Amino acid sequence: MRIIRTFILFICICLPVPASAINVREHILDNGLKLLVLEDHKAPTATFQVWYRVGSRDEQIGKTGLSHLLEHLMFKGTKENGPKTFSQTIQRAGGTDNAFTTHEHTGYFELISSDRISIPLRLEADRMQNLVLTPDGVLSERDVVMEERRLRYDDNPQNLLHEEVSATAFTNHPYRWPVIGWMSDLKTLNPADLIAHYRTYYAPNNAVVIVVGDVDPEAVLTQVRETFGKIPRGPEIKENSITEDMQHGEKRIFVKKEAELPGVIMAFKTPSLKHEDTYALEVLGSILSGGKSSRLHNALVYEKQLALSAWASYENMYRDPYLFLVGGTAAQGREISEVEKALQLEIEKIKNAPPSEYEVKKAKNQIEASFVMEQDSIYMLAKLIGTFEMLGGWQLINTYLEGVRSVTPSDVQRVAKKYLIPETGTTGILVPLRSAKK
Amino acid sequence: MRDHCACRAGLRPVLPAAVFCLLLFFACITPSFAAEIAEREVLPNGIILLHAEKKAVPIIKVVVAIRAGSTAESPDKAGLANLTADLLNEGTLKRSSQEISEAIEFVGGALHTSGGADSATVTLSVLKKDVELGFDLLADVILAPAFKQEEIARRKALLISSIRQQKEEPGSIASKTFYKAVFGEHPYGWPVEGTEESLETITREDIAGFYRMHYLPNNTIMAVVGDISRDELKALLNKYFRSWQKQEVLQKPLAAPEPVVGPHVVKISKKTKQAHIMLGHTGFRRDNPDYYAVSVMNYILGGGGFASRLMDNIRDNRGLAYSVHSSFNAMKQAGIFQAGLQTKNESANTAIGEILNEMVRIQTEPVSDRELSDAKAYLTGSFPLRLDSNSKMANFLVAIEMYDLGLDYIERYRDLINKVTPEDVLRVARKYLHTKDYVLVVVGDLEKASLKY
Repeated sequence: MRIIRTFILFICICLPVPASAINVREHILDNGLKLLVLEDHKAPTATFQVWYRVGSRDEQIGKTGLSHLLEHLMFKGTKENGPKTFSQTIQRAGGTDNAFTTHEHTGYFELISSDRISIPLRLEADRMQNLVLTPDGVLSERDVVMEERRLRYDDNPQNLLHEEVSATAFTNHPYRWPVIGWMSDLKTLNPADLIAHYRTYYAPNNAVVIVVGDVDPEAVLTQVRETFGKIPRGPEIKENSITEDMQHGEKRIFVKKEAELPGVIMAFKTPSLKHEDTYALEVLGSILSGGKSSRLHNALVYEKQLALSAWASYENMYRDPYLFLVGGTAAQGREISEVEKALQLEIEKIKNAPPSEYEVKKAKNQIEASFVMEQDSIYMLAKLIGTFEMLGGWQLINTYLEGVRSVTPSDVQRVAKKYLIPETGTTGILVPLRSAKK
Repeated sequence: MRDHCACRAGLRPVLPAAVFCLLLFFACITPSFAAEIAEREVLPNGIILLHAEKKAVPIIKVVVAIRAGSTAESPDKAGLANLTADLLNEGTLKRSSQEISEAIEFVGGALHTSGGADSATVTLSVLKKDVELGFDLLADVILAPAFKQEEIARRKALLISSIRQQKEEPGSIASKTFYKAVFGEHPYGWPVEGTEESLETITREDIAGFYRMHYLPNNTIMAVVGDISRDELKALLNKYFRSWQKQEVLQKPLAAPEPVVGPHVVKISKKTKQAHIMLGHTGFRRDNPDYYAVSVMNYILGGGGFASRLMDNIRDNRGLAYSVHSSFNAMKQAGIFQAGLQTKNESANTAIGEILNEMVRIQTEPVSDRELSDAKAYLTGSFPLRLDSNSKMANFLVAIEMYDLGLDYIERYRDLINKVTPEDVLRVARKYLHTKDYVLVVVGDLEKASLKY
């Protein structure tokens, strides 16, 4: 749903941790489908979601963008529910629907009055197995995705820089290509590729159904059994295990593109959610970038007035090690080299001396509060459960806060010294090319 | 976790900051639920208070809207209202800018200010346990901003950098150009954040004067939603907002904008892969009784996402665009209609032609019974989703007050929508859509687009 960049005052609200345990009811059907239900009766609404364990990491070189294109095609209809009817049926019931694809997974969701939950439930069960893909439908939707790519990346210098940095940081891991795929690959995707991808990954034993809202868990379970329960188990999918090869020194790239202000992104390889250092890295990210009072904003934007924005983002919602990003956009009239130096200075500072107890406490408060505030939205709750489930189990939500609480100032300094190092770093600079003025 | 994700449909294209998009809030509710939605009270100093207690999550959301938007500023000082709002939390008589952000961020809360066309907005999000601190800060930034020279210079410089960066975004260029072309010299036509030139001319006296004239309790709506009782809230308001003195509000009503004449085509050359296209004209004020028939008509035309004709034609059938939509933004003193999309330069002519074709079609043929009933079913049936969080509820309450819809609006809405007939749809399509007198803005590679418009 969301586009990648949130440069200014990015507060990391998406790595939440529980104030109290989340009480999810879990069932596994005979065909392998997992059902997670969280009752939430604050409003007469619910979200119904199906998450498939397939994302761009499961693609091959030359066929990038396959998972995301399939996500689009999932709205093309089945024998029983013809083309163009999916969203219309949901909207007619006063609901909304959409879908998202990441490196790790593909998710489909509806938001609707809770007394109408059986409508998305039946439609989702139907399209798990009965999707009709026509050559014309595939080609036309491929055009739509190419337009999406032009909009989000090709004409957006900030996103393009991010895409190039990721493509450079990784050598052999599929994280190197963008979820939307490379334009030249998109042009070659054909109906047979899509059908094969669908047949391989869209099966109950590769999916998790998540329901959050004003529902009766028993009634949901009964309905899910009656619909999804009838779908036969698919072939076992073997774990797609990939290890990124060793990096031999800092990498540096330049993106030259029509733009107004230069930008910089530094990416450092860091472990992800299931590593014990994840909690200290999370706190580190918050100290550097949690709001206007954070170190980067305060130093670069407020005090030195060097940058329009300065931010950091620890990206740990991945199965394999991913990236800790630090970046900024120069203020008008300032050089990007000054911004880069100032960012490096802040990194050196935290490597040389631990943060204060106060700063660590503030970071922990922010992480805890953002978790509580996210509970305002059933959509965000379901997304939280789904994200953790894809990475090893929704129960990890309930241990995450404990991990964050135990972080000390010296832990933060230790992980900064261990991971924010040039040897595994990639720096990208956006060099604006001046356009012909109107 | 920032999703590195791509998806089937993005959020609707971001509207220019100048527009407080009421379309987000045209919600409806069943009478039984309506009675409990909120309590309304006018406080002795004139603040209109809307309160809804929600105990499910120990959090509180406050949205304060002050009728001090860019429509209240003069054109040579474009950006004054926004800069004033922006500076509220950049230092008060007793706290520095850094002290304010430090205080609210230490408890994981948020205190934001923003400018708009019809109002300035201050929002507070806090955990229940921090509500006292939250109200202390909220009142401090609204009642006692210092407007220090140093902070003014800082924020001006940031705004200028940000305006500069927007010039690399074709969507932003198209939108600003479009608003200017449709509204001309009318205040809704200039960007809320001003321009690089106009910001330079704004002085501290301008800001302090604007603040004194418009930041008044009797010019303010406050919605409080969350885990806070009536008594707790009244005690906080009594402690922190009672000193705010009522004064006479000087409102200068705006003249209606001139209607668009002609096809008025603005082409801006930019070396992009896509042409960004916006087509439209002036609309109507929020208090226009045809708002509801137009809501139904526009849902069918281009407001209804995948259920709309524009999406069906241009995206689903032709694969020409990722996002295509139309909307009527009905604001306090004027309105605007816009249809927009982005497509590869070579397809620009076809896409523009299809927008116009769909506008003509809805003006000439009655919509089908199915389209009409689908539109009504969505518009009336989606209300619970529009109010199912504290944030959504708080914004909704402010909007119904801002646009004088009344708390009974939620009861009336369903009837108003359900009353719409196929003839009404045809009538309002003919009255409010103009297929000859429109503004067309195209930003893109004009050589490749070779526009025939």
